[in-house]
Amino acid sequence: MVAALLHGDKMFNFILRRIAVAIPTLIILLIASFWLMQTAPGGPFTSERPLPAQVLANIEAKYGLDQPIYKQLWDYVVGIVTQFDFGPSYKYKDRSVNDIIAQGFPVTLTYGVISFVLAIIVGGILGMAAAIRQNSWLDYFAVGVTIGAQVLPNFVMAPILILIFTLWLGWLPGGGWNGGQWENIIMPVIALSTSYMASIARLTRSSMLEVLRSNFIRTARAKGLPDRTIIFRHALKPALLPVISYLGPAFVGMVTGSFIIDAIFGTGGIGYFYVNSAFNRDYAVMMGLTILLGSMTILFNMVVDILYAWIDPKIRL
Amino acid sequence: MTDKLAQPFTQAKTAEMADRMAQEDVQGRSPWTDARRRFMANKAAMTSVLVLLLVFIFSIFGHSLSVFDIETIDWDVLGNVKEAGRPSLENGHFFGFDENGRDLYNRVVQGSRISLAVGVVGALVAVIVGTVYGATAGFIGGRTDSIMMRLVDIFMSIPYMFVLILLLVVAGRSITMIFVGIGLTAWLDMSRIVRGQTLSIKNREFVEAAVAIGVPTWQIIFRHIVPNLLGVVVVYATLLVPQMILTESFISFLGLGVQEPLTSWGALISEGVKSMNYGTLWQLAFPLGFFVVTIFCFFFIGDGLRDALDPKDR
Repeated sequence: MVAALLHGDKMFNFILRRIAVAIPTLIILLIASFWLMQTAPGGPFTSERPLPAQVLANIEAKYGLDQPIYKQLWDYVVGIVTQFDFGPSYKYKDRSVNDIIAQGFPVTLTYGVISFVLAIIVGGILGMAAAIRQNSWLDYFAVGVTIGAQVLPNFVMAPILILIFTLWLGWLPGGGWNGGQWENIIMPVIALSTSYMASIARLTRSSMLEVLRSNFIRTARAKGLPDRTIIFRHALKPALLPVISYLGPAFVGMVTGSFIIDAIFGTGGIGYFYVNSAFNRDYAVMMGLTILLGSMTILFNMVVDILYAWIDPKIRL
Repeated sequence: MTDKLAQPFTQAKTAEMADRMAQEDVQGRSPWTDARRRFMANKAAMTSVLVLLLVFIFSIFGHSLSVFDIETIDWDVLGNVKEAGRPSLENGHFFGFDENGRDLYNRVVQGSRISLAVGVVGALVAVIVGTVYGATAGFIGGRTDSIMMRLVDIFMSIPYMFVLILLLVVAGRSITMIFVGIGLTAWLDMSRIVRGQTLSIKNREFVEAAVAIGVPTWQIIFRHIVPNLLGVVVVYATLLVPQMILTESFISFLGLGVQEPLTSWGALISEGVKSMNYGTLWQLAFPLGFFVVTIFCFFFIGDGLRDALDPKDR
């Protein structure tokens, strides 16, 4: 009872501390991106043919750019928090950052979630199977694949896939989204998930090996439990623990990986808009997307950390 | 007792043994000698060292093998790269031409230079800043430590790829900005690892002895703590180099990194991908080959070093 309470108390402190890290991180991200945009050379409306001063002033007033910077920052944050409004795009007048999010986000979310789930399931199964049959051909296969996949980041995987399945075999379309047909999803998902799948497989394999050598498994064996019960009832949970701590980095990798996927496959996800706005120097869009994706990443990492601490009481709180 | 034990040995045999022992004693076996021996026995790692050496030599001296440069356009080839731009030993364009009619061999040499430089410089910054920062935090401990490490926590949870891209867009795309941007984040992991190691070294007797005889803190950190961290630092730095190369390639692949006429592996791979449809596969194959082989080598060397320097961890 006392121990449980103590643990609960520590847990609470840990959550508070974790939030205490997340909030300044969010603020730093916000201020840094806002400040970078402000110091960027050339205002959003400087063009080759200079606008008449009155017109420029009117436009700036419309977008609130004549206000002092702290006021702009404040309005911006209030807009995001109260109305989920990330502001207008300065390059395309008919389109706000919200429109871009509405258009690109579902696409990224679709192939991102599929990749994420696939990486965890396939990687986990591969790693566990390799550990259970250690030193079998399956194990060597799994280890070989994981080493190979680590040096094949998405921007290497994607062209190789296109080369094989589009140019040589002609089985799959080389790009496009087409409303999310499975033919269009398959290659982006493989390209995005392979290296994370490999890392998860490697993690699961080594942690499963460690768990299988531990005393409580030996006891279970001595009791005469069948292999299946030992693995699924006793070994599975502790073996999967390290994978949880890898979910954060994997998530970050998927988000940034979408830049590449959208660039190569032309899937039109949020990465496409991000990179495009970087080329067009459309600072408002860049900032909006940075803040959106950045805060998603920060929050996700926080949740994963708390989850991990909650599941595994052994870690130092 | 002793007599009985000594009896079976003849005088000569004892002398021989003593001799051998003395010899081994003279040779000495520091932990580093042991580690080197273990590393040399690792075939994958030794092969990787050799291959990597060749890649480095290629990137440093590669230009002198060719009479062409990275930006001259061959107008006879332009527009007909598929037929006229194949790799060929006869006309001296060993890797063929790129889509703009430029000599690919020299572009790959130059791209290797930048990619390797980013990897090595990034890892170097990580080693220097990360080691000093982590060792200081770990050794001083207390409030200083928790503030310093909390700061690292905060920096680490900023999704740095966004910040890097923002930085490159705002400050202008250039190789210098890539060095700065990558250097800014590279040391964070290292400082955490080093701090952890420092904490475990800090309470050993030799450090206590140093404190007891009044050695100043900075001297303890640099003379006693840092040399004992070297193993971990070396292993981690080797694994950091491919990460840096990957990051730079990622950025350059998107076109936000190095700018024409300069190039890097990422930019070359990106060009190769764009022209894949035209049947000029060598434009993808050469840079991709160098990239994959190099990353592989660094991983194997890192793995070998870890096995060699930390045999408990196997």
